[in-house]
Amino acid sequence: MDENKKVKFLSLGLVRGIVFQVIGSLAGMGFVMLIRLLMGLPAWNAEPVWVGGTFVGVFTFLIGVGAFSDWFKWAKGEETSDHIEADPSQPKWAKYYNISYDHKVIGIQYGVTSIILLGMAGTFAMIFRTELAAAKLQFLDLGLFNSLIGLHGIVMIAAILLGIGAMSNYLVPLMIGASDMAFPRLNAFAYWLNAPSALLVVISLFLGGFDTGWTAYPPLSARAPLGMQMFFLGVYVIGLSSILGSLNIIVTVIRMRAPGMNYFRMPIFVWASVATSIISLTATQLIALSFQMVMFQRLFGMGFFDPANGGNVVLFQHLFWFYSHPAVYVFILPGLGMISELLPVFSRKPLFGYKWIAVSSMAIALVGFFVWAHHMFTAGMEEYLRVPFMYSTMLVAVPTGVKFFSWVGTLWRGKITFPTPMLFTLGAVSVFLLGGLTGPPNATVATDLHLHDTYWIVGHFHATMFGGFMFPFFAAFYYWYPKITGRMYSEKLGKLHFWLMFPAFYVQSLWQMYIGLLGMRRRIGDYDPALNFDNSHLVITIAGFTIFVSVLIFIYNLIKSAKQGEVAESNPWNSRSPEWQLPTPIPEHNYTDHPFKVTGEPYDYGLEGSTYITMSDK
Amino acid sequence: MSTADIRSEYKYKLGTNRLGLWLFLVSDAFFFGGLLVSRFYLMGYTRPHLEQTLGLIVTAVLLVSSFFMNRAETAMAHGDQKTFLQGTLITLVLGVGFLIGVVGVEWQLAPFGPNDGAHGALFYMMTGMHAFHVLTGVIFLAIVYRNGRKGLYTAEKHWAVEACATYWHFIDVVWIFFYPALYLIGTVVG
Ligand SMILES: [Cu+2]
Repeated sequence: MDENKKVKFLSLGLVRGIVFQVIGSLAGMGFVMLIRLLMGLPAWNAEPVWVGGTFVGVFTFLIGVGAFSDWFKWAKGEETSDHIEADPSQPKWAKYYNISYDHKVIGIQYGVTSIILLGMAGTFAMIFRTELAAAKLQFLDLGLFNSLIGLHGIVMIAAILLGIGAMSNYLVPLMIGASDMAFPRLNAFAYWLNAPSALLVVISLFLGGFDTGWTAYPPLSARAPLGMQMFFLGVYVIGLSSILGSLNIIVTVIRMRAPGMNYFRMPIFVWASVATSIISLTATQLIALSFQMVMFQRLFGMGFFDPANGGNVVLFQHLFWFYSHPAVYVFILPGLGMISELLPVFSRKPLFGYKWIAVSSMAIALVGFFVWAHHMFTAGMEEYLRVPFMYSTMLVAVPTGVKFFSWVGTLWRGKITFPTPMLFTLGAVSVFLLGGLTGPPNATVATDLHLHDTYWIVGHFHATMFGGFMFPFFAAFYYWYPKITGRMYSEKLGKLHFWLMFPAFYVQSLWQMYIGLLGMRRRIGDYDPALNFDNSHLVITIAGFTIFVSVLIFIYNLIKSAKQGEVAESNPWNSRSPEWQLPTPIPEHNYTDHPFKVTGEPYDYGLEGSTYITMSDK
Repeated sequence: MSTADIRSEYKYKLGTNRLGLWLFLVSDAFFFGGLLVSRFYLMGYTRPHLEQTLGLIVTAVLLVSSFFMNRAETAMAHGDQKTFLQGTLITLVLGVGFLIGVVGVEWQLAPFGPNDGAHGALFYMMTGMHAFHVLTGVIFLAIVYRNGRKGLYTAEKHWAVEACATYWHFIDVVWIFFYPALYLIGTVVG
């Protein structure tokens, strides 16, 4: 029935957006050339024309997809509805390709986009890992190698930000008992900003690439190929999305909670989401500023980071890391919240120290603002800053330790079961421990001088990202899959995914740290065979491919089970969280027909007679 | 009354909107804060050579505009349509005057360009980003003025007016930090 409806291809928002983006970019380019002519300059100069044109293109994409429509109507003084009626001539799935104000649709849009970017970034990694499997250059040239590592980094970061968007958009309103986000239009707008900007980042590969890695330090980034500008512009817009999305989360949590849902009775993931959002809301402005300054240095000759023109390259690093260190906590806090969310369900025990966990997320976010210069110990930064930043960085271990203590306390004497989401949760705890324990040596100035820019850092960082984001993200996908699709994923494939990824990750990470300690520098396409790192690199590459294959199995599982999986019960995990008390599929306006009151503590699993919420069906 | 009904009331939404706007301004403040930090990091106790009289005039114009903005908003809250429209229009004109003063005059008079050292880069970046915000504020004012003339706002329901006013004051406050940072603090170079 539904599937047989003819899709009018051009009427899909995504397609219309891309068409508008192309047209808008071309028009923007023409406009810049016109201005240049009026200023008496030669019309064509690749850099300003491309930057100006594609910047316009981002906004025409949003106009094309319809993200501005309601706001234009407001400007004209017209009223609009908070819900977009789906076009009845289109099949049901079309809503995911169109603009929608429903936070559940937007959450899924975020999630699918995240997985696509994840696959893309993983593919980049596989390409340069293959190159690295043996010493000397085999099939990449150094420029392409550099572009690929930079793209792997930044596309992964985009994928992670979108993955967080997926979890927080889908889950936060459901968990606090809201019918939607506080600002549904802004929510859709923030999501759709990512599509044109992701295109820009990828286009950089075809405009000369960029050889700086994802950190884009000047002076190199000030003279890298044109691709660098597309990278800057793309990240700039993704940053805007992140700011607006987090603003929405904070307001939603403050204003849209169900009756009785006071702050210390919210599901713990909500706390993590808010902590993350506080960082994204504020610190993102600084990476935007730093990137804008390099862009303008290239476009207008402004000398911010040009020592020959009054500038200072260290300033860039201060601005950049003021976001990019806390950004790491943006990536991991939702994941750590997810661990705290799932452990009690599968241990059938109360979450140990709820308040401490909630406050520790906030503490990590807060301390995270004062540690950025630990990335700059070797950068020629003012020397007196080193020791204070060393101590502030060490301080992060305290609230993080609180979390580990609580996780162990929650598991202690629990009735533990091990379905796929629980495996990934436990994997996350284990891998994040590896990432956490390998952190202090980098924070200590004396050891960091040796470890800086080696594979040790690569191993450490990937452990924090896998433990803090990837494993919990997969856990969340498996866990909510039955609620979202109404069907159960394949447990067999899920376990296979875990048992491939978990050991492979340990091998990859430990081996990276090992050769890092022996002196393997990061971001090197070609290394000296005399170092004897060939075999180690081969091992890392094989481990990397194993992880890649396991993620493909995950994607296959998601797609296949959506059609052929067993029909799931409405609360297969016996969760106490409000969203599981709703029927599957979740009604369009969530709790409007199923209002509830919070009558007890959220995580009193196994305590007889305890309730969390009392739902009254209208 | 059910929770859902209370939430869909104008009054509740107004509170939500206010919080959202203030958070946006907090976020934006970090951008301007970053610019200020960069200014002191690169220029220390020096400042660019600028027209002092002009600086004083544009600053006065912007401060006075905030007064009229406040007058317009208060008038709307009391349902005084005429004073509201008058205040909005004056604010708009003063805003445009500020833009002309900074971009149209000061940028032309300055004896340096954006590519002349740290002071050139920072002066044009700081005034440029601020002027961009003033421009968006002026557009916002124009929309409010047009819709105000159509009589779309009432004493009870005028969130757009309030948002416009709050945003305009924010731009003004930013300039209160930028003006001394560029015109007053330090010894003149360039
Ligand atoms: Cu850091």
